[in-house]
Amino acid sequence: MPDAPDFSVWSCPLPLRDYPNIVIGHGGGGKLSAELVEHLFLPAFRNTALADLGDAALLDVPSGRLAFSTDSFVVRPLFFPGGSIGDLSVNGTVNDLAVSGARPLYLSAGFILEEGFPLAELARIVDHMAAAARSAGVTIATGDTKVVEKGHGDGCYINTAGIGVVIDGIDVGPSLARPGDAILVSGFLGDHGMAIMSVREGLEFETAIESDCAPLHEMTAAIFKAAGPAVHAMRDPTRGGLASTLNEIAHASKVGIAIDETALPIRPEVQSACELLGLDPVYVANEGKLVAVVEAAAASAVLEAMRRHPKGRGAAIVGRVTKEHPGLVVARTALGAKRVIPMQIGEQLPRIC
Amino acid sequence: MKYLTEFRDGAIARKLADEIRRTATRPWKIMEVCGGQTHSIIRHGIDQLLPSSLQLVHGPGCPVCVTPLELIDRALAIAALPSVVFCSFGDMLRVPGSEKDLFRVKSEGGDVRIVYSPLDAVNLARRNPSKEVVFFGVGFETTAPANAMAIHLAKNEGLRNFSMLVSHVLVPPAIEAIMQSPLNQVQAFLAAGHVCSVMGYWQYPPLAERFHVPIVVTGFEPLDLLEGIRRAVHQLESGRAEVENAYARVVTFEGNRPAQALLSQVFEVTDRAWRGIGVIPQSGWRLSPAYRDFDAELRFEVTGIHTHESPLCRSGDVLRGAIKPTDCPAFGNQCTPRHPLGATMVSSEGACAAYFNYGRFLSADELTHA
Repeated sequence: MPDAPDFSVWSCPLPLRDYPNIVIGHGGGGKLSAELVEHLFLPAFRNTALADLGDAALLDVPSGRLAFSTDSFVVRPLFFPGGSIGDLSVNGTVNDLAVSGARPLYLSAGFILEEGFPLAELARIVDHMAAAARSAGVTIATGDTKVVEKGHGDGCYINTAGIGVVIDGIDVGPSLARPGDAILVSGFLGDHGMAIMSVREGLEFETAIESDCAPLHEMTAAIFKAAGPAVHAMRDPTRGGLASTLNEIAHASKVGIAIDETALPIRPEVQSACELLGLDPVYVANEGKLVAVVEAAAASAVLEAMRRHPKGRGAAIVGRVTKEHPGLVVARTALGAKRVIPMQIGEQLPRIC
Repeated sequence: MKYLTEFRDGAIARKLADEIRRTATRPWKIMEVCGGQTHSIIRHGIDQLLPSSLQLVHGPGCPVCVTPLELIDRALAIAALPSVVFCSFGDMLRVPGSEKDLFRVKSEGGDVRIVYSPLDAVNLARRNPSKEVVFFGVGFETTAPANAMAIHLAKNEGLRNFSMLVSHVLVPPAIEAIMQSPLNQVQAFLAAGHVCSVMGYWQYPPLAERFHVPIVVTGFEPLDLLEGIRRAVHQLESGRAEVENAYARVVTFEGNRPAQALLSQVFEVTDRAWRGIGVIPQSGWRLSPAYRDFDAELRFEVTGIHTHESPLCRSGDVLRGAIKPTDCPAFGNQCTPRHPLGATMVSSEGACAAYFNYGRFLSADELTHA
């Protein structure tokens, strides 16, 4: 198979050159749509399932349990330190499958483009998606493009759905945490959310923080290999951060969760940026981290498996599951006091002073 | 110096707490004035380290909480006007007016934007000459200099499409009002460090003397707060009533003189209504006559404001330090951060929200054994 095209030096091939920007016709199902597929999506995502251009991709899947997930991506700005909406849209769905105990196999990609969106930017995004899919070992097997009138979208929205096959003998879910289990996180928290914040309009601040956007399928495979059925629950703490993930597990498993605030891996620059804005890093989004709830006896093996992975060097054991205070997440503060970490209502809002 | 780790050192915190416990022989009530301090106390669990005889009373220093409902309703009405871009700090968006909040106005088509500085709003006005850009200028002396600078720039540039809805409030008159209240139980104050970084603390010695009350200028990190409390307890135990500065790495006696000069140019002192508390004489700032053209209240004629406070909400008592949030029958029942009845349940600096969010719906015993 020839190498995928390098879009970093992309120049619009004929006949796309006729339109440097997306026009309504690119979503109309006619010649312009076909050209977009032929000249942009197919070369980037090249694979036999997509190349057939049927109404549905026809796929061979191994026997067993399927995992199936979908996610929509509306991030702003589209490109940010450490990644883009393209990376996110692939890794987001890959990670949802991976933390469900599955080996990710196929993705769909649906684009909603705003009239006037530069084709060169779309090409960069598609290039990022193709690269992310390659490194996650998944095939983008089917897709769709719609165009909305100018002013009715934010440039580019992407929806991806994914299918994976659950690894033999693995059964994880948010309701399967048990008292006594250890809670681990796979690395530094809050990087993605603060990287996005640092480039938000009106808030730009100088920082070296980069998004942690990355696929987790290799790390989850290593964890399952190390601990197998001793892994009870696993989530990727994206929107709402660690706090929301732990609250969901506490609620679904009807258990309490106790964490040690001083054990949370948080980079000093992320902590500082959060303090400045009056945000709490436990609520800030991650895009390449996972939370694992495992039998206490397996905790050190899982920690080792995480740390062996290049994206897991900051991994840490941060707490445990308790019989007490079911449904609540309680943190021990640096001062040795206790505080409850509740579910958030909406987004965190920067404080007045 | 590492402000976020060194000032949160657990071992030093326990040492300070031990000294406070050894020193305090009688029950004392100390008010931390600022909502940021309340938030920090509850978040880090500082009160859990103190002897039970020592009570921290949460003060009125939450700008979101004390902004009058009538003004919030006015803000909502202005924000809904078709020509207006309404700019606000993030935590004002969820504060309920009589009928809705700014998020709701935004969802109904109002152009409401979160900004991080009033100067961003000035920039918006420059870039959008056909729009009226209004900034919601609330807060204590801390946020006032940036607001004054925004107005000053707009006037110098002749930026006619910028204005500010001003509801600035001042700390010293609030301390005075609390001490004059016949129901007052507060015996010492932790003055708000950020306010003093602007204003200095030259206003406090007369208050300390007149009411014979210790006032300790205090910061916001756990060790800052414990040090402020330690000094206040020492004063109380020895019968002194002095002004001390426990936040010397930031605050000087004079404060920021250039900022104070600009403030007295742009603003003038006025009577101000505090939500839940009532009118405190000479307790706020409004735009001075030279800058009054930039007053959004005068620029936009909005009518039909019918202010309606929840009869259940006791945020006024909370803000005066008369009751703890958990003493309010509505706390955690009819009133939660999801469905707040008053502003103290909305702002992250509001005492009710801090209590709710950090789990003070549990009893102290439940929390200790959690």
